[in-house]
Amino acid sequence: MKKERFSIVGQNLPKIDAWAKVVGETKYADDMVLPRLAHGKLLRSPHPHALIRSIDTARARALPGVYAVITGRDLPPVKFGILPVSQDEEALCVDKVRMVGDAVAAVAAVDEETAERATELIEVEYEPLRPLMSIEEALAHPEVRIHEYGDGPNVHKAVSLQFGDVEAAFRAADLVREDVFYFEGNTHLPMEQHSAVAQRGADGKLTLWSSTQTPHYVHRLLAKILDMPQAHIRVVAAPVGGGFGGKLDPFAHEIAACRLSQLTGRPVKITLTREEVFYVHRGRHPVLMWVKTGFRKDGSITGMHFRSWLDGGAYGSYGVASTFYTGALQTVTYKIPVYKFEGARIFTNKPPCGPKRGHGTPQPRFAMECQLDKAAEQLGLDPADMRRRNLAEPFTKTANHMTVTTIGLGECLDRVVEASGWRQKFGRLPRGKGIGIACSSYLTGAGLAIYWNDMPHSGVVLRADRSGLVAVLCGATDIGQGSDSILAYLAAEVLGIDPKDIRVHPADTDLTPVDLGSYSSRVTLMAGNAVIQAAGRLKSRIVEAVAEKLGVAPDTLIAQDRRVFVDGDPDRGVSFAQAVVLAESKFGVLAFPGSYAPPKRAGKYKGGGVGPSPCYSYSACVVEVDVDGETGEVRPTEIWIAHDVGRALNPLLVEGQVEGSVYMGLGEVLMEEQVFRKGVHKIPSMLEYKSPTTLETPEIHTILVETDDPEGPFGAKEAGQGPLLPVIPAVANAVYNAVGVRVDEIPISPEKVLKGLEAMRKGKPARVGPEKLPLFAFPEPKMIESAFGEPAAAIAERPFAS
Amino acid sequence: MRTRLTLMVNGEEREVIAPVHKTLLEVLREDLNLTGTKHGCELGECGTCTVLIDGEPALSCLALPIECQGRAIKTVEGMAEGSQLHPLQQAFAELGAAQCGYCTPGILLTAEALLEDNPTPTRDEVRYALAGNLCRCTGYTKILDAVELAALRMKGAHR
Repeated sequence: MKKERFSIVGQNLPKIDAWAKVVGETKYADDMVLPRLAHGKLLRSPHPHALIRSIDTARARALPGVYAVITGRDLPPVKFGILPVSQDEEALCVDKVRMVGDAVAAVAAVDEETAERATELIEVEYEPLRPLMSIEEALAHPEVRIHEYGDGPNVHKAVSLQFGDVEAAFRAADLVREDVFYFEGNTHLPMEQHSAVAQRGADGKLTLWSSTQTPHYVHRLLAKILDMPQAHIRVVAAPVGGGFGGKLDPFAHEIAACRLSQLTGRPVKITLTREEVFYVHRGRHPVLMWVKTGFRKDGSITGMHFRSWLDGGAYGSYGVASTFYTGALQTVTYKIPVYKFEGARIFTNKPPCGPKRGHGTPQPRFAMECQLDKAAEQLGLDPADMRRRNLAEPFTKTANHMTVTTIGLGECLDRVVEASGWRQKFGRLPRGKGIGIACSSYLTGAGLAIYWNDMPHSGVVLRADRSGLVAVLCGATDIGQGSDSILAYLAAEVLGIDPKDIRVHPADTDLTPVDLGSYSSRVTLMAGNAVIQAAGRLKSRIVEAVAEKLGVAPDTLIAQDRRVFVDGDPDRGVSFAQAVVLAESKFGVLAFPGSYAPPKRAGKYKGGGVGPSPCYSYSACVVEVDVDGETGEVRPTEIWIAHDVGRALNPLLVEGQVEGSVYMGLGEVLMEEQVFRKGVHKIPSMLEYKSPTTLETPEIHTILVETDDPEGPFGAKEAGQGPLLPVIPAVANAVYNAVGVRVDEIPISPEKVLKGLEAMRKGKPARVGPEKLPLFAFPEPKMIESAFGEPAAAIAERPFAS
Repeated sequence: MRTRLTLMVNGEEREVIAPVHKTLLEVLREDLNLTGTKHGCELGECGTCTVLIDGEPALSCLALPIECQGRAIKTVEGMAEGSQLHPLQQAFAELGAAQCGYCTPGILLTAEALLEDNPTPTRDEVRYALAGNLCRCTGYTKILDAVELAALRMKGAHR
């Protein structure tokens, strides 16, 4: 690693937007006020499943202060959804509601209170239908259909993929384990409630400011939903007060605000209440899993067969991708020569699940890493050593055709084993104290866009001003992860200026080139590579102009410390601002594009588009816990996590992502549950939906491992999602280590621990978890040859690279 | 029913005419345009809307302005002295303690009240003081680090 060649990269710099955030200057969507602003409110269904017989808005319209009332009949009759294959949503339901919280009408009024009162005056006549509240119920009642489309009655998606002969692999194994796990759903719980402000201009064009992670997808879908030219819609991303995947879909409030603004000619703001945020959801899918794995005596894996059943909720959302993701990344951590995956997503009358941090991969990771632990115990192997010996090979393909590049997992494992004192502690702690380990991997950006196209995934325009300021125009959205800052650091690094000399503008579909959005941990890599390309183009023009002025060869010049000068002779040069003037004098306006699209290496099979990524991050985690035998309470006392981030462009921000991921994983493994009673959320409040406070979050020791990946900007990989994954199984394994109870079901609540201890006292197996599997026939598997061990090119060909 | 309120906010006397049932949070944000104060639940559960009333952390979503007349209300906009940031603000920015930044104002003010009472808190004392402020981004680590750094710097400054 050649750290010395960088001047900005690798430094612990403050984020460029930190100063505004600490003084309350940052304007989130709900902070926006426009002249003549109207306030909107949605009326939502109290029924989990019902036909809409009639909606009478007359009394609401008559209320003084009400500007407009709309129902689904006031919108074009089109359904939409974030994925082209699941166009099943309506902003305001017309004929049928499918969950408590489905919006059926919207009001714009002089203030929020009047809007709310007006919604109460809307009379909706429902005809309740049988609600289907679980996977079992939905499969048992094919005569009741939540949607008319899918792979069977109430089956949104069913997939079956086989890569090699798993049955032969099991026959060749010394130990074959079958285990069943359940991962309860949970939600993002961003601190900021979703908010949107829409304004129809007098020219008939529409502007939407929204707390969204994907302004581009919202832009595309608004054109379809509102049936107007996309060119006449402008979407501006407001700073997002926490996303975690919860602000990745187009939402009813955004659409209703647009329509209400069109009708009233006023700007309209709709901000969700906290309760509504729980219902719009799109969070972690509840997933039931069965996993069968063959092991040799040395712990190596002969093959794996994985099944998952996802409780999808009422709509498609990202669910097809989520389904594939529950089967995609099992293969990228350890050597798994043959692999079979079957998955099904079932519709139920609950808020739709979707992408939450880790999207579809924390559930199988939990299952797999717990099973590895059980196998290690049976084989008499140390669980850390067993993992260490079976790591996937760098620069190879996996059984299911994922291409892995650098793998820092070995170093991650070594570092957490060392730092945690694993060798001194594992098997040697007193009863009630335990230590557990797990590993994981995650995408650095999805290899494919949500809709098929050959355009860049990330675009940047870099404009150099005569003042020396450099403006970065990019459609990426900063959701707190610091992506705007990363773009500034990278441009500054290339141009030899200070990040302070750079302004990164918010995503604005009128002004900024498309970036697909803040999801799948893609922004640092994709927008980062694009900004490096743009900055390189700008720099070459600047250098050429300065070289001409100084009468030297361009390759003798370097850009550093806000100057462009002859290498080794800093006095022979000009300031960056002067260099810009020279370049603009010679070439005209200085504005340069950068484009990035991932290498095309999706597996050549249906479903092969979910899982490929330019490169994968790796993490290893050790958790120490105290388990109270009386109360069943699990208290993590210390956590060590090592993360292969490729290169830490700003270690401070990477640590922040790792710590935040660890924290969120702890919430999921110990307490968070998105659960319903008769379609009504049991705990839609921040008090009762338990999430860790400062008191429940232990000290987190973060270790950053660098592998300098050829795909990443200056070698960087993702950091925002991967480190969540190993925390969950590491805690489960630590609980077992502490008290001998296997809780194969997330969250590991005190009740479940006590249930296991009680079983143990009675001499029964101390396991708590699902006992049965749904009756469901997966489709015949598509037989695809395993690509395991095939070599991968170090750098695959990248579109727009030159 | 609307009423005339006289509020002392960030050292300035402000007159507002607002419905009596409007919360302090709403009056600060909507009538005084002090949008630095955020809301996460409006039910007193998350700590996001914390302001200081006579130096004590208070949930502005549960406070009625009419009861705050004659008392000193401080919001995040009042923390800096002119353009000189409060040491807590400086430390939060430097150490990456604000990610999405939405919980940051409430946490900064809670921490300010803590350091006023206890200029040299232990890490666990900082934890207890901030236990009512939820943050979903940071895992709290950098927040604790920043409060400790600010405490250290303030102690140095007082010497």
